[in-house]
Amino acid sequence: MGKTVAEKIFDAHLIDRQGADISILSLDRVFCHEITTPIAINDLVARGKDRVFDPDKIKAVIDHVTPAKDSKTAEQGKIMRDWAKRHNIKDFFDIGANGVCHALFPEKGFVRPGFTVIMGDSHTCTHGAFCAFAAGVGTTDLEVGILKGVCSFKTPETLKIEFTGTLQEGVFAKDVILAIIGKIGVNGATNKVIEFTGPVIDRFSMEERMTLSNMAIEAGGTTGICYPDMTTVEYLWDFIKDDYESKEAALADYSKWIADEDAVYADEITFDVTTLAPVATFGYKPDQVRAIADFEETAVDQVYIGSCTNGRIEDLREAAKILEGHTIAPGIRGVLSPATPDIFKQALKEGLIDIFMDAGFCVTNPTCGACLGMSNGVLANDEICASTTNRNFNGRMGKGGMVHLMSPASAAATAIKGTLAHSPAYKGGSNE
Amino acid sequence: MSNKTDRFKGNILFLDRDDINTDEIIPAKYLTENSKAALKPYLLEDLKLEGFDPATSLENRQVVVTRNNFGCGSSREHAPWALEINEIYLVIAEGFSRIYRQNMYNCGMMAVELPKEDIDSLFETFKGKECSVVTDLEAQSFTFTSGDTTLTIPFKLSEFDKTLVEAGGWVEFADANY
Repeated sequence: MGKTVAEKIFDAHLIDRQGADISILSLDRVFCHEITTPIAINDLVARGKDRVFDPDKIKAVIDHVTPAKDSKTAEQGKIMRDWAKRHNIKDFFDIGANGVCHALFPEKGFVRPGFTVIMGDSHTCTHGAFCAFAAGVGTTDLEVGILKGVCSFKTPETLKIEFTGTLQEGVFAKDVILAIIGKIGVNGATNKVIEFTGPVIDRFSMEERMTLSNMAIEAGGTTGICYPDMTTVEYLWDFIKDDYESKEAALADYSKWIADEDAVYADEITFDVTTLAPVATFGYKPDQVRAIADFEETAVDQVYIGSCTNGRIEDLREAAKILEGHTIAPGIRGVLSPATPDIFKQALKEGLIDIFMDAGFCVTNPTCGACLGMSNGVLANDEICASTTNRNFNGRMGKGGMVHLMSPASAAATAIKGTLAHSPAYKGGSNE
Repeated sequence: MSNKTDRFKGNILFLDRDDINTDEIIPAKYLTENSKAALKPYLLEDLKLEGFDPATSLENRQVVVTRNNFGCGSSREHAPWALEINEIYLVIAEGFSRIYRQNMYNCGMMAVELPKEDIDSLFETFKGKECSVVTDLEAQSFTFTSGDTTLTIPFKLSEFDKTLVEAGGWVEFADANY
């Protein structure tokens, strides 16, 4: 019987079983940020177990609220900083070098096909784009990961989703993932790994794949995996060129993680993207998705472009294409947070930051900030935000606020119009 | 049986909705707290549910009974902690998000799935009434009582779940074993 990607990765990392259904896996990476890690650190200290299993496999960043906004967030940063220093964690990213974890860590080449990765952050599934088993966990699992380099997982079933057809102009990876969450629901992949496959994924860049994998959790998925191919190898090449004779050799090695032809899936779905329109969420659940054209009279107060879902350079380029030569509608606040310092610098070089600022956007430093209503763009009661983030839960970006999730292009078009809009490049109908 | 395993009982708070997410259980703005105690006043502050008022509905409740996919969304362990600090150690539901469920057991608390029919029958029989539950961990059964009405429902814990509940959580167990 063939194996899924997750089954292959589990086999390669299995160190123990607990009962019939629990695998204890060794970890290749434990990622840490300042919201969920300080309590783990404090608990380890209190238990007299202030140790780390391997300082080179732990990567840490201050990203959720940075620079600190008050004494409490300053304290969280300080606990991280002192701990990283105490344990000689070299890959620790502080002010000046920090960015949104799931954009920053891939950029640094920390994730490889076949890796096991945990973090005290539900969007850790993003790294599944590299064919890793990357899962969000709570603080206790994180604490044990830091201490022992292991984590328990129920042996997951896999849901295979094959994307066929061709995306129309003005329709993006974000629309694809929102549409699939709309189809399978917020509970549609709970306790399952998703494998994203098919010609649409094959054509996607690593950035588009990360947008897709990032939101696997919004359907309840443990992680969202894309198969490794030459796109994966090209993205990682600077970090792996000493390990392989050629890109082809790297690809041949990574291909061992691809699911077998006769792998057994819990379910298989085929989704033709050809007629997919630009979409956005309504309501307070990420599976409440409809075509933007169906509710484009909805007025917004704020447009937010950023986050681990859509704060990467390709996202900024798509938004800037639409904003160029335009200004945002009167009374609308535009906020851009490039997800990492390198993305910010690249956007400056390409003149994208000029375009955003000329249009009337406020450009903030890289941070998670507004996405979870922490800082840098929190909504007031009854305010509405068009956002490129990943959650529209009640109160997510500020108490009493409403969030409509959408692509960067749609967010930019919305900023210009002042009501929900999609890219003018989208002409509707089918492109067949 | 230790006090740790004798705490899965009490008066029930019925939350009649699927997909209650972590941001509803404890909003992100409180994640800057570095102690569990600080979370106490904010449990379920942003819950969207008709008839629920966080100021009064939580009074003298020790167990939550709810529908499917409870705890979806964020990985924040602050969600089970916010329950724990309010002395709610048991959530019974048709289903849980993976991370939330694991967080509960990792803290030595219980997140127990019951079949949809059982959850439906609990809501039909007891919703709107005062109802309490006691847990027999050895026999793996709940006994629900409201006035003269009593209902006993079996549940199933995996070996690992039981190990964590009895060990009082995952840290000590993992450090001793791996």
